[in-house]
Amino acid sequence: MNAQHHLDLRGIEVRLDSVSLVTLDAYIGPGEVLTVMGPSGSGKSTLLAFLAGFLPPTFTARGRVLLDGRDIPALPAERRAIGLLFQDPLLFPHLSVAGNLRFALPRRTPDKAARIDQALAEVGLAGYGERDPATLSGGQKARIALMRLLLSAPCAALLDEPFSKLDTHLRQEMRQLVFSRLRDAGLPSLLVTHDREDADAAGGRVIELGH
Amino acid sequence: MLLRLTPALIVALLVSPILAGVAMALLPAFGYLPALGGEALTLAPWRELLAQPGLARSVGVSFASGLVTTAVSLGVVLLFLADATGSRLDRWLRRLVSPLLSLPHAAAAFGLAFLIAPSGQVARLLSPGLTGWERPPDLLIVQDPWGLSLMAGLILKEIPFLLLMSLAALPQLEAPRRVAMARSLGYRPTLAWLKVVAPALYPLIRLPVYAVIAYASSVVDVAMILGPTLPPTLAVSILTWSHDPDLTQRFLAAAGAVLQLGVTLAALAGWWGLECLVRRLGRRWVDGGQRRRGDSLLRTTGKGALLAATLIAFAGLGGLALHSLAGFWRFPDALPATLTLTHWARALPALGSPIATTLIIAVSATLLALLLALAALENEQRTGRHPAEGRLASALTLLYLPLIVPQIAFLFGLVILLESLGLRARLALVIFGHLLFVLPYVFLSLSEAYRRFDPRWSQLALTLGSSRNGAFWRVRLPMLLAPVLTAAAVGLAVSIGQYLPTQLLGAGRIATVTTEAVALAAGANRRVIGVWALVQASLPLLGFVIAIGVPRLLWRHRRGLRGTP
Repeated sequence: MNAQHHLDLRGIEVRLDSVSLVTLDAYIGPGEVLTVMGPSGSGKSTLLAFLAGFLPPTFTARGRVLLDGRDIPALPAERRAIGLLFQDPLLFPHLSVAGNLRFALPRRTPDKAARIDQALAEVGLAGYGERDPATLSGGQKARIALMRLLLSAPCAALLDEPFSKLDTHLRQEMRQLVFSRLRDAGLPSLLVTHDREDADAAGGRVIELGH
Repeated sequence: MLLRLTPALIVALLVSPILAGVAMALLPAFGYLPALGGEALTLAPWRELLAQPGLARSVGVSFASGLVTTAVSLGVVLLFLADATGSRLDRWLRRLVSPLLSLPHAAAAFGLAFLIAPSGQVARLLSPGLTGWERPPDLLIVQDPWGLSLMAGLILKEIPFLLLMSLAALPQLEAPRRVAMARSLGYRPTLAWLKVVAPALYPLIRLPVYAVIAYASSVVDVAMILGPTLPPTLAVSILTWSHDPDLTQRFLAAAGAVLQLGVTLAALAGWWGLECLVRRLGRRWVDGGQRRRGDSLLRTTGKGALLAATLIAFAGLGGLALHSLAGFWRFPDALPATLTLTHWARALPALGSPIATTLIIAVSATLLALLLALAALENEQRTGRHPAEGRLASALTLLYLPLIVPQIAFLFGLVILLESLGLRARLALVIFGHLLFVLPYVFLSLSEAYRRFDPRWSQLALTLGSSRNGAFWRVRLPMLLAPVLTAAAVGLAVSIGQYLPTQLLGAGRIATVTTEAVALAAGANRRVIGVWALVQASLPLLGFVIAIGVPRLLWRHRRGLRGTP
């Protein structure tokens, strides 16, 4: 799990019609978090959509995205090995908590049940496997969402304001958990946010987008 | 790859039989049908058609039925919505109206006929006290020459249809905010709704309204039950001619089919003229700034009419049930003297095979329709191309063609085509014929939920390494199970209620509960009709029971999926 992943963004530019929304040049090493800050409408979510492979057809983008040296924009989203955390935890409502984690595990993972139990125990939710995700608290859902991302064994992570909908006291706790976990996993991560405290907690470089 | 082709496949599947059918009605209408010795173009079929006694009246009733049915139904729906404040009565009415949508037209027509016939429940309730009738009066109430009972029967069914179509379109309009704005300017609530919401709502339900016009001006089964007989409506006459043992009558039927197409087009054009008129007068009315006048009158009309229509439909069903169980029943008695299961016991052996056939056809057509609709919608999601809401921009709009072109006009031609090709796979043809009408409704019912589905769920599945197909099967489909099953239930209901495609494409040899029930209309043993019409009415409910029950059962431990549509 502690492989040396790195994400290299070279000459990225995302455009809407002829207007340039975002330009970015950055190198994110293993376990590093790059924070992109900007007000809403500055194109930071579009940047994530581009990197993850969901750029709406109305936008155009260019530049090279090298993940562990592989050029990824040509790949479909499911083969990029980039994990994504949204504002909402988005636990699949038709699956149990364990079902959500099992969904993320690569197909040929040996001993899936043990991996899931271990993941639940690591975030203090041992024994929650068969629960309906709708019955969990906001903080519990966020932790499951994080473990689901990690179990899918990505090579990089994208975070789309993942703390903005949490209560203040939970927010601090989740920031610590998320960033330490990503660091331990050695994942290069890109965080977009408009909250200065997120950027401080991430501890990495910060790039500010204008309008 | 296959997915990309579905929109084209759907359009081809729906449009080509209609075009071919219309063409094959046009040629014999002008005397060309080599199989029957028609080698040259001639106007003879038209001369014969024009010489038919009472043709003008047939055409007139068909035309008027198209316009009157639509105008009354739409008026009632708009007035009801204008006053729908979410009171208990409103919610109760909405809940009652939904199952009426699944009620087959023929069953509703029989129910109404039993209610208003000279010896029906209404006459019985009023007799002899108010009317002094000791025996059924000799009045032509059902099958009246003006087609009034026909229109009433259609209105009973079109009100639920237009109401549910409007309710589906309304959320886009933010009606409560518009009304609140108008009320803050001093408008009474009902007038506010009619002046600021109705003009925006109408364009969104225009297509369903046109479908009602086309249907009401060309319907066959309801017209056979409630419509005039001497002469019958144009569509019924065409069916009679096309079944005539004298094959040369086919030329006459073809000319009739083309005339029907013209009558429906004329009704649509007439409606378009009315639209222009209403728009002009309406604009003056909206601009006029009247804030109060007529509010309470409009309010009571809308609610009263919807309540009446709903109660009549249910009373009709009650009447069917009563007749199916009635033993000895003297005329002015409101209730039968004895109740008996004899009619059911006698009908039971004959019911099995038509029920099985009905279900085979309905399930096959619905499964095909679901497959096509899901493929087209999934393709739309993957290519990221969304047809503009409410505009006629997408090729898939052609999906609604089978609902606008009168059934009899193209099915008749299609039958001629299939006969000359020697195609005899009747059951398959009937299933295909049903698909033409099932697919639009399944698509209509499913597309809303499918397009509204949060795209992040699939994106999430992809970032977790799931393939696109995996995301469809493991995420989108299970999460959309309830709307998919509802669409299936709608499809089943549409198929079960079909009369003409079964009758024509099955060459009269495929018996479903609907064809059997309608065939009884001429025989007029009310007790037997009661049994068959009730069976016909209850079959579609099965689908809705499954559509509501299965998700509840499956997701009983999944709170996040309960309460979603």
